[in-house]
Amino acid sequence: MAADTQTIEQVQALGDQYKYGFVTDIDVDLAPKGLNENIVRLISEKKQEPAWLLEWRLRAYRHWLKMPEPKWAKVEFPPLDYQDAYYYAAPKLTEAPKSLDEIDPKLLETYEKLGIPLKEQEVLAGVAVDAVFDSVSVATTYKAKLEQMGIIFCSISEAVQTHPELVRKYLGSVVPYSDNKHATLNSAVFTDGSFVYIPEGVRCPVELSTYFRINQENTGQFERTLIIADRGAYVSYLEGCTAPMRDEHQLHAAVVELVALDDAEIKYSTVQNWYPGDEEGRGGIYNFVTKRGACRGRNSKISWTQVETGSAITWKYPSCILQGDNSVGEFYSVAITNNRQQADTGTKMIHIGKNTTSRIIAKGIAAGRSDSTYRGLVRMQRGAQGARNYTQCDSLLIGDKCGAHTVPYIECGNPTAQVEHEATTSRISDDQLFYCLQRGLSSEDAVSLIVNGFCREVLQTLPMEFAVEAQKLVGISLEGSVG
Amino acid sequence: MSLLEIKGLHATVDGKEIIRGLNLKIQPGEVHAIMGPNGSGKSTLSYVLSGREGYEVTQGEAWLDIKHNLLEMSPDERARAGIFLGFQYPVEIPGVPAMTFLKTALNAHRAERGEDELDAMDFLKLVRQKAMDLGIGDDMLKRAVNVGFSGGEKKRSEILQMAILEPRLAILDETDSGLDIDALRVVADGINALRNEERGMLVITHYQRLLEYVVPDYVHILANGRIVRSGGKELALELEAKGYAEFLKAA
Repeated sequence: MAADTQTIEQVQALGDQYKYGFVTDIDVDLAPKGLNENIVRLISEKKQEPAWLLEWRLRAYRHWLKMPEPKWAKVEFPPLDYQDAYYYAAPKLTEAPKSLDEIDPKLLETYEKLGIPLKEQEVLAGVAVDAVFDSVSVATTYKAKLEQMGIIFCSISEAVQTHPELVRKYLGSVVPYSDNKHATLNSAVFTDGSFVYIPEGVRCPVELSTYFRINQENTGQFERTLIIADRGAYVSYLEGCTAPMRDEHQLHAAVVELVALDDAEIKYSTVQNWYPGDEEGRGGIYNFVTKRGACRGRNSKISWTQVETGSAITWKYPSCILQGDNSVGEFYSVAITNNRQQADTGTKMIHIGKNTTSRIIAKGIAAGRSDSTYRGLVRMQRGAQGARNYTQCDSLLIGDKCGAHTVPYIECGNPTAQVEHEATTSRISDDQLFYCLQRGLSSEDAVSLIVNGFCREVLQTLPMEFAVEAQKLVGISLEGSVG
Repeated sequence: MSLLEIKGLHATVDGKEIIRGLNLKIQPGEVHAIMGPNGSGKSTLSYVLSGREGYEVTQGEAWLDIKHNLLEMSPDERARAGIFLGFQYPVEIPGVPAMTFLKTALNAHRAERGEDELDAMDFLKLVRQKAMDLGIGDDMLKRAVNVGFSGGEKKRSEILQMAILEPRLAILDETDSGLDIDALRVVADGINALRNEERGMLVITHYQRLLEYVVPDYVHILANGRIVRSGGKELALELEAKGYAEFLKAA
C-alpha cells in the first residue's frame, strides 16, 4: 500500500505540472464545434508550435477545403458533417465515466474474456481514475533506458518542441499534406501521436508501444505518428490494443509515416479494435487511416502487420515505397468483419529501386451482413530491374449474407520484374464445424479455432505478447456469427 | 444398465427415410459391430447418434448412460457426454496444429467435468505417451489437423484423439477403409488398447477384415435402415461367405 500511495503522490505531482505546463493564456479548453482557420491556429497555438508548422497546417487546411472525398472504396456511409465535430479539447476535460459501473457491461465482458487486469480495463474504458499510475511509472522507466541509447520516443507534440529539426525534415515527407482528404484533414488538425527516432546502428531493445503512452494523453482521433530508423537501425512498434476502446469521436483519421534509411528495418504491428457499432450498425468508428512507409535506403525493410477487427468502417492501406535498391516491403493482414461492419483494406507496394521485393499476405474474414474488400496495388516502375512481388489473398465467408471482394491492381513497367498474385475464397465448411463440435468444442470455439488456423500465417508475424491476445480477439470478434 | 439404448429409431436425410425402426442396446464393456451393404444406413446411424445437422430424427429415442437423452442434445454436448465418432474421412483444418486441436478438445471435456485446464507441460507428457503407442511422432502433431496426412496417418490420428478424450462410447465409422494391412494392425491395436469394462464401442464396417483384429462381442447386420440379424462374431464370417444378398431378402 505504501508504495502505491507513493506512486500516486508522485504522479499527482507530475499531473499538476503537466496541466499547468500545458494550458496557455488562451482561456478555452474546449474549442467550439466546427472547423475553420481559427481552429487550426488555436490548435497550433495551444501546442506552442513554431511558425513553419502552423504554416504547414494552414496549407493543409486550405487544400482540404478544395479536395473531394475519396469515393473509390467499397464502403457506404452518409456524408460526414465536418462542422458538427470538435477539433480541440484539452486533455482530461472531456467527460469521462467515473467508474467501471458506468461502462457498458458488454464491453466489460469482453475485457474479462481477453483476460485484461482490472486497472487496465479502467484505462481502456476511459475511466477517469488513478489506474494509470502503474503504467506511467513503467513508461518512465523505459524512457530513461531508451534515452541512454539515443532513442527518442515521445509524443509528436513533445518532439516538435525538443527535436524540431527532425520533425521538420521528415513530417509529411512520406504522406504529403495534400495526399488525400483524410490525411490532409489530419495534417491540419492533428493533436496527438507518437514520434520515434532510432539513431544509426541502434537496435531498439524493446517493442515500442503506444500502450506505454496511452494514459499520458488522450489517444486522439487525429493521431499522427512518425517513425524514423536511421542507417542500420531496427525498431518494432506496436500500435493499438486488443481490447475494444471506447471513444466518442466517430471519425478517426490517423496518419502514420515510416522512414527507413540504408540497412534499417521497421516492423509496425497494429491491432485495431475500435468500437464497431451495434449489431444493426448504429454507432461505431469510421477508421480512415493513411499509413505509408518509405524504404529510402539500400537494403532497408518495412514490414506491416495488422489485425483489424474493430470500427464500423475501415479504410486503410498501409503501403511501402521501395525506393532503395534491394529494399523489402511486407504486408500481413487479417481483417475481420461481423454484423454490419465494412472493411476496405489492403496495401500499395511501389517498386522503384532495383531488386526490390515485396510480399503481401491478406486474410479477410467476413461474417454477419458485413463486407470485406481487399484492395491492393503492386506497381513495378521502369527502373525496378529484377523486382519481385508475391501476393496471396484469402477470403473466408461465414454465413450467406456477407461479402468478400478482392481488387488487385497490378502495373508492371519493367520487363524483368515479376509479379505473382494468388487469391482464394472459401467458407467454413459444415464438415469442419461438425468435426470440431464432435470433439466437444462449442460452436464459438470451433469457429475461433478454424479462423485462427486460417489466419495463422499472419498472426505468427505478430510479436509474441500481441499474438496470444490477437488469437483470443479473433474468436471474440466472431461471436454470434454461427447459430 | 445400458450404456447405449436405441429404441424404434427413424431418421431421414433430405426427406428420405434412411433409418427405419432401429433398436440396439450396448452394455458397458461391449464391442458391437455393424455391417451392411452400401446405402444400408450405417454412416447415417453414426451421424444421427452424434447429432450432425441434416440428419433428422422423426421417431424413436436414444439414451446414453440412461441419463443422457441424446436426441435432445447439441453435437458438442453429446461429445462431452462421451460420444466419440471416429470419422471415415477425417476432416482437414488448415493452420491448426494437431496438438492445439487435441488440447482444445481435451480442455473442453475437462471443463464439462469441472476440472481445470491441463497445463502445457502435463498435456505434452500425456499426448507424447499415447502418440508413441500409435507410432505418431512430434512432427505429425505439429502439422495442421489431417492436412497432408496419409490415409493411415489420418486414422491413427483419430484413434489418438479417442485415446486422449476417453469416451464412454466410441463409434468407429469404417475406420478400416483406406488402410493397408500394416496400418490396419496399428489402428486395431490402438482400438483394442482402449477396450475396457466401462467403455462401449460400435464398429461400423463393410468387411470382416477389421473384425479379425478388433474382435466384437456382437455383430449386427443392417439392411434398409434396420437390423435384420444379430449374432456373435461368427456372423461376420457367415456374411463374408454368403454375401449381403441373402440378408437383404430378409429385410
